[in-house]
Amino acid sequence: MSDSLFWHRLQFGFTITFHYIFPQLTMGLALLIVVLKGMGLRTGNSAWHDAARFWTRLFGLSFAMGVVTGVPMEFQFGTNWGAFTARTGGVIGQTLAMEGIFAFFLESSFVAILLWGEKRVGPRLHFAAAVALLAGSWLSGYFIIVTNSFMQHPVGHALAADGTMQIARLAEFVFNPWAVVQFFHNQAAATVTGAFVVAAVGAWWTLRGEHAEVAQISLRTGVVAGLVASMLVAFPTGHAQGRMVAEHQPVTLAAMEGRFDSGPRAAMALVGQPNVAERKLDNPIELPAILSWIAYGDFSANVRGLNSFDERDWPTNIELLYFGFHIMVGLGTLFIGLMALASFLLWRGQLAHQRWLLWALTLAFPFPFIANTAGWMAAELGRQPWLVYGLMRTAEGGSPTVHSGATVFTLLGFAGLYFVLGVTFLALVAVEIGHGPRLSHVVSASGASTTHHA
Amino acid sequence: MQTTWFTLAALMLAVYVVLDGFDFGAGALHLWVARTDSERRQVLAAIGPFWDGNEVWLVAGGGVLFLAFPRVLASGLSGFYLGVIMLLWVLILRGIAIEFRSHLEDRMWRMFWDTTFAGASLLAPVLFGAVFGNLVRGVPLQADGWFALSLFESWSPRGALGLLDWYTIAAGLLALAATAHHGALFLAWKTDGPVRDRSQRAAERLFVAVVLLWLVLTALTAGLRPDFFPTLAARPLAWMATAVFVVALAASAAARHRARDLAAFVSSGVFLMGLLGATAATVFPVMIRSASDPSMSLTALNASSGPAPLAYGLVWWPVGLVLAIVYVAVLFRLHRGRVGPADGGEYGGG
Repeated sequence: MSDSLFWHRLQFGFTITFHYIFPQLTMGLALLIVVLKGMGLRTGNSAWHDAARFWTRLFGLSFAMGVVTGVPMEFQFGTNWGAFTARTGGVIGQTLAMEGIFAFFLESSFVAILLWGEKRVGPRLHFAAAVALLAGSWLSGYFIIVTNSFMQHPVGHALAADGTMQIARLAEFVFNPWAVVQFFHNQAAATVTGAFVVAAVGAWWTLRGEHAEVAQISLRTGVVAGLVASMLVAFPTGHAQGRMVAEHQPVTLAAMEGRFDSGPRAAMALVGQPNVAERKLDNPIELPAILSWIAYGDFSANVRGLNSFDERDWPTNIELLYFGFHIMVGLGTLFIGLMALASFLLWRGQLAHQRWLLWALTLAFPFPFIANTAGWMAAELGRQPWLVYGLMRTAEGGSPTVHSGATVFTLLGFAGLYFVLGVTFLALVAVEIGHGPRLSHVVSASGASTTHHA
Repeated sequence: MQTTWFTLAALMLAVYVVLDGFDFGAGALHLWVARTDSERRQVLAAIGPFWDGNEVWLVAGGGVLFLAFPRVLASGLSGFYLGVIMLLWVLILRGIAIEFRSHLEDRMWRMFWDTTFAGASLLAPVLFGAVFGNLVRGVPLQADGWFALSLFESWSPRGALGLLDWYTIAAGLLALAATAHHGALFLAWKTDGPVRDRSQRAAERLFVAVVLLWLVLTALTAGLRPDFFPTLAARPLAWMATAVFVVALAASAAARHRARDLAAFVSSGVFLMGLLGATAATVFPVMIRSASDPSMSLTALNASSGPAPLAYGLVWWPVGLVLAIVYVAVLFRLHRGRVGPADGGEYGGG
C-alpha cells in the first residue's frame, strides 16, 4: 500500500468519477433548457418558460458542483501526474488551454445571466445565454475528449529528442477520428442523463398530481429526448466506438468480453464472470457471432483473444473492465426499451394514466449516471496499461516526488469533502423538487423570482 | 517566443489576482461589512455575476503553463503538493458556499455557509501568497528538475525549507491584506448604504496594513535575496512597474479620500498588477528558483515546450483572449451601477 502510483490512480479515479456526475447532467440539461425556452418563445405559452426556469435552477446547482469539482481535475495533472504532464504538455497543453480560453470564459460569463438575469436582459437575450451555456459546456466536453483521445489513440504529434511529445499537426490532433466518434457518443449519453432526470421529475409530479402543466411538459420532453438520445448512444455512435476499439485496441476488446481464445464467429457474453487465473469466462450465456459482427461487421470474422497477446500489454484490471463495459451496454439497451414504451404510450395519450410506468420512469433516473460512469471506466481501464496508448505506460506517469503519505492524506480529504457536498447537493435537489416551479405570473407581479410557494 | 509566453503567463496571473482578488477580499470582509441577511445578499449580488468568471483566469493561466511550460507546471504543482491541494479544497468550499447558502432560508444554514465563505476567502490569499513567497525565496530543486516541500520544516527561509516559514507567511499576509483592501474598495464602489460605508472604513484601515506589510516584505526580501533589488534597478521594465505600483497605491488612497470610488478601485487593481509585474520582470526568466544553486532553476528558456506548440498557440490564443476580454466587458456593462440593500433577491431573499 506504499505504492504511490496506486494512490495517484485511486485519487484521480475517485475525483473524476465524482466530478463527472455533474457535467453529464449540466450538458444534458443545457440542451433541454434551450429546447424548453425555444418552445416558450415559439408558442408564447408561459408554462414552457416555467419549466425552463425550474430546470435552470437545478442546472445552477449542478453547474456549481461541476465547476468546483472540475478545477481540481486540471490541477491534478500537475500535482499527481507530473511526469505525464511534463512529457505530453507539448501536445495536450493545446486543448487544455483551449478549454479554458474558449469554453470556460463563455460559460462563466453567461451563467449569471442565465441564472439570475431573466428580468434584467429580456427573453431573447436570456435565450441567447442558454445557447451560450450549451455551446460552452459542449465545447468544454469536446476539448477534454480530444485530450483523452490523444491518450487512447495518439495522432498529430512528434517525438522530440528528449523523449517528450510535441504537437506536429494541430488539425490532425484536434480532429482525431477517435475524438469525433467519442464526442457524439458521450454527448448523446449526457443527453440521456438529462432527459431521464427531467422525465423522472415530471413523472413524480404527475404521480402526485402536482404542477400539472410543468409536470406534463417535463415528462413529455424527457421521454421524447430520452428515446432519441438513447437510440443515438447505441447507433451509430456506440457502434462506431466499438469498431474503433476493435481496430486500434484489439487487446482491449478481448478483455472487455473476457475472451481468452481467438477464433471466428465470436460470441458476445450476456452473463459470465471473467476468471483470469484460469483464463476463461465462468458460466457464460452468450449470443453467438454477435461480437464478430459488432467489431468487424461480419458474423464470421476472427476476433483475437487475450491469449494471443503479450500478457504485459493486457489491461491491468480485466474484471472491472469487463463489468464496466457490460453494465454500460446492458443499461443502454434497457434505456431504449423503457423510453420506447413510454413514447408509444405518450403518443397514444395514455402515459399519464399508467402509474406503474410513471413509477418506473421516476426510479430510473440514477441508472444513466451509472451507465455513463461504467462507460468511462471501460474506456479508461481499457486503455491500461498505457497512459498514452503504445507510447507511455501508466507506471511512468506519476509525480516522482509525491509519496503515498501525501496522497493518502489528500485522497481522504477529497473523500470527506465530496461526501458532504454530495449529500448536501442531493438534499437541496430534493428541496427544489418539493418546491416545484416558480410560476411566471408570480414572478412578474412581485418583481422577485423568490416569492413562490405556488 | 518563450519570452512572449512568459509574459502571457505573467499577464494571466496578474489579471487573475486583480479580478479574483476583489471577490476574495469581499468574501473575507463580508461578515464584518455586512451584518444582516439582506446586507450579505447585497455583497453576494455585487460579486455574484463575476466570481466564477474571475476564477477562470486561474484555470486559463494554468492552461498557458500547460501549453508553454509543462515542466514548470508539473514540477511546481507536485513540489507544492499539499499546499496546492489544500488551496483546491478552499476554492471548492468558497464556490459551493455561494451557491448553497441561497437555496435554504434558514438562519443557521446561512450562518454556516457565510462563515465557510469568509474562512475560505481569508485562507485562499494566504496560501497563494505563501506559494509566491516560495518562488521568490527558492525551493530545494533537484538536478532533475523536481522537488518536494512539506508544509513546514524549520520555519526559517535560511534553514531546512518547507512551504511555510516566516518569509512565506509574511508574503501570505501581504496577499491577504492587499486582496482585502482591493475587495473593500470594490464593495465601496459597487454597493450602497451601510455596506458601502463600512467597506470604505475597512479600506482605510487595510491601506495602512498593506503599506506596512509591503515595507516588511521588501526589507525581508532585501535581506534574503541580496541580488533581487540590484536586478530590479537594472531592468527598466521592473523599476517602471515599481514606480507605477507605488503611485497607484498612493492614488487609490487619495481617490478613496475624495470618495471617488471607481478610481480608488481601479488604482488598487493597477497596484496589484504593478507589484506582480515588477516581480515577474525582476525574476525573469526564472520560473522555479533553486535555493541551493540558482543555475539549476527552471526557466522560461530551459523548461518550455518545443517551438511547434508555442507557435501554434500564438495563432489561436490571442483570439480567445480577445473574446474573454469582450465577455468581461459585457458582464461589467450589464451589471453596471451600485447594488442597493434590497437588490440581493436572487441570492435567496424572501
